[in-house]
Amino acid sequence: MSSLSPPAKKIWWNEPIHKSELLWISLVFVWGMVMTFMMPYWHVVGKQNLGTETYKTTPKAFQATTQEFVDKYTVRTEGPRNYPVVAPPAGGDVYLIARLWEWWPIVELKKGETYRFHLSSLDWQHGFSLQPANINIQVVPNYEHVFTLTPNASGEYSIICNEYCGIGHHLMIGKLLVVD
Amino acid sequence: MMVNNSFRTCPDTGLKFFSSAENLIKANAVAGVVFLLIGGMFGLLVGLTRWQAVHLLGAEDFYMVLTAHGLNVLIFWMIFFEIAILYFCSSVLLGCRLATPRWAWVGFGLMVIGAVMNNVIVLQGNSSVMMTSYVPLEAHPLFYLSLILFAVGALIGSFVFFGTLVVAKAEKTYEGSVPLVTFGAITAAIIAVFTIVSGAIVLIPTLLWSVGLVGEIDVLAYRMIWWAFGHSSQQINVAAHVSVWYAIIAILFGAKPLSEKVSRTAFLMYILFLQLASVHHLLVDPGLSSNFKMFNTSYAMYLAVMASMVHGLTVPGSMEAAQRARGHNAGLFTWLRKAPWGNPAFSGMFISLVGFGFLGGITGVVMGAEQINILIHNTLYVPGHFHATVVLGSTLAFMALAYWLVPVLFRRELIWKGLAKWQPYVFGLGMTGVSLFLMGAGTLGVPRRHWDIGFAGTGGITHEFPAAAYTMLALNGMSVILAVAGGAAFCLIMVGTILFGKKLGNDEPMAEPCIVAPVTDEEYAANGGSAFAIPGTIVLALVFFVSFALYYFINWKYLAETWGIG
Ligand code: HEM
Ligand SMILES: [Cu+2]
Ligand SMILES: [Cu+2]
Repeated sequence: MSSLSPPAKKIWWNEPIHKSELLWISLVFVWGMVMTFMMPYWHVVGKQNLGTETYKTTPKAFQATTQEFVDKYTVRTEGPRNYPVVAPPAGGDVYLIARLWEWWPIVELKKGETYRFHLSSLDWQHGFSLQPANINIQVVPNYEHVFTLTPNASGEYSIICNEYCGIGHHLMIGKLLVVD
Repeated sequence: MMVNNSFRTCPDTGLKFFSSAENLIKANAVAGVVFLLIGGMFGLLVGLTRWQAVHLLGAEDFYMVLTAHGLNVLIFWMIFFEIAILYFCSSVLLGCRLATPRWAWVGFGLMVIGAVMNNVIVLQGNSSVMMTSYVPLEAHPLFYLSLILFAVGALIGSFVFFGTLVVAKAEKTYEGSVPLVTFGAITAAIIAVFTIVSGAIVLIPTLLWSVGLVGEIDVLAYRMIWWAFGHSSQQINVAAHVSVWYAIIAILFGAKPLSEKVSRTAFLMYILFLQLASVHHLLVDPGLSSNFKMFNTSYAMYLAVMASMVHGLTVPGSMEAAQRARGHNAGLFTWLRKAPWGNPAFSGMFISLVGFGFLGGITGVVMGAEQINILIHNTLYVPGHFHATVVLGSTLAFMALAYWLVPVLFRRELIWKGLAKWQPYVFGLGMTGVSLFLMGAGTLGVPRRHWDIGFAGTGGITHEFPAAAYTMLALNGMSVILAVAGGAAFCLIMVGTILFGKKLGNDEPMAEPCIVAPVTDEEYAANGGSAFAIPGTIVLALVFFVSFALYYFINWKYLAETWGIG
């Protein structure tokens, strides 16, 4: 009887398992253990573990806090849209707004320093995609996500939106600068 | 109520086809193929737009067509065909009348209405919200309503399937346990019920919100419930296509599973562990703790993964055992070389097995690791991965089954056999390309669902993606053309066979035999039962394992090279 018919032996659950199957099941089981171990292990030894600190907020409140941050640390304006370039003190907080269809403001960081990022959307969901570092984080409205970033190379980086956010989605690009 | 209990015994397969079930299987399978054709054409437009040098559609049309593509293929094509599979696995394999065929037609009707209505609404242009329809991005209320209608229809279909199992048991149309293939279908249907319920939990409030009856929907809660639905629906596809793999090796080689216990337990594990695994879509979301993310994606997910890896061994292993029992016993791979590579039911199934495992499976597990997900979330890597699972894996497996099922159902010879012989290779190669090149572009950071990575129109703020990213998108565009040619060939062969295939008389068998006699216990027992040693499959499995482990650790190395993230 093939797999299209009821099993020939009615008491099929007592049949022995073949050696080849047992071998594979053991291997696969151990491999699952290895992969399970890797994630907590990386929390201990790895340097890339996205923080999960999160606060409820509102678009208005988050915009106000970001504005304060910009007022305090803006060093110049730059680029085709004359955005403020904000240079917070090393180790300090960074506020970044995602909204249709821009990232605001431009932030200037120091290589090797660790910053606390506060990220939220003022409207729809967006995708924070830092290129070419290739760091990708979901951004949602009404929640303020706090995590740290430590740039390891200087240069001009782009923040691209990689969560579809309506007709201007592909226009949503911002800049992040890292200096030595 | 009059119940039509007439049936015919198929001269080719010896299976009993009750006319109630037969008509519903035909209707659902044909509807599926129609939506595959529509959705595939949208896929072509999407692929040619993302090829930056061609850039076929304007932005607005692109997002609209991408929304329509996802829904037509992922939801409508797959679920119509799955309902056909459910009716086949219950009524036909158990030799039982279909329970409540009228309800089954009501379900079918709702699905057709939902699918057509959804296309109409999406193509009017103000519901370009993608298949995920993440709030607070808002579609026309009828968009949500159409999906709810479709889901209710599918739910009715699943209950008709369960009802048929009950009838078969009560009327004793079979003895002992249900066949393995039916067992797999049962797991798919149970998962489908879970899935549809989560779908209702998320879509009904969204519908009410879109008409202003509900104030605000919590975005994180929406994402969590949406993925409880979105992820488990993928597990329906996997359970269904694994059943189809077992069905095809039974049809073509007379194979039985190596052991019923292992294969059935593996199916059960899909049910037990799939809900937790849906968290792998939320790994870079705020608001969820790392412990929650790790728990749900570690062993909770790996047990479901383990189930697939077990099937990955037992499906080719059962085939090898059957082939060896039938005399193809020399060397490591004679059993595989002597397989009917010119039969699209076989080649389609085997390409599906390899593509799903090597491309879809490995990449899915790797990006499901909490930290590695940071590298690929929402890049083109994600569609690259799932075109390997749901297209190369599920879609191609369903196509393979259709090459066998459609002639048997409609009692017509397959037409254009020469084209049919090539079709799985063309489609398989094209889709392998789509999946690899999308993943390649994603590795370079290219975003998914994005109209222009050249950033014209931003008033001078741009990002220079490496030239290789543009090459990947161009190669993807070429693969898209190949894949769509292969997909269209399939649809034409099916429709052509139904309309113009040589009609067979009532008891006239097909020119070629349709089903191989089951391998007997004596055949398996010959040579001291060595057929079950399956050395060839073990070698293939080890190659798979080594590729998996290498790729897994390479990605941790990539991760270590980026910025510190805490
Ligand atoms: C027949 C040929 C097909 C081609 C050429 C094709 C091509 C593509 C391309 C290029 C994308 C766009 C990726 C992006 O820009 O984000 C895409 C998205 C997608 N495809 Fe396909 N595809 C095909 C078949 C299928 C099938 C059969 C399925 C499902 C069974 C499928 C499911 C999807 C889904 C769910 C998306 C994502 C839509 C979204 O992001 O909302 N595709 N496809
Ligand atoms: Cu955005
Ligand atoms: Cu966006």
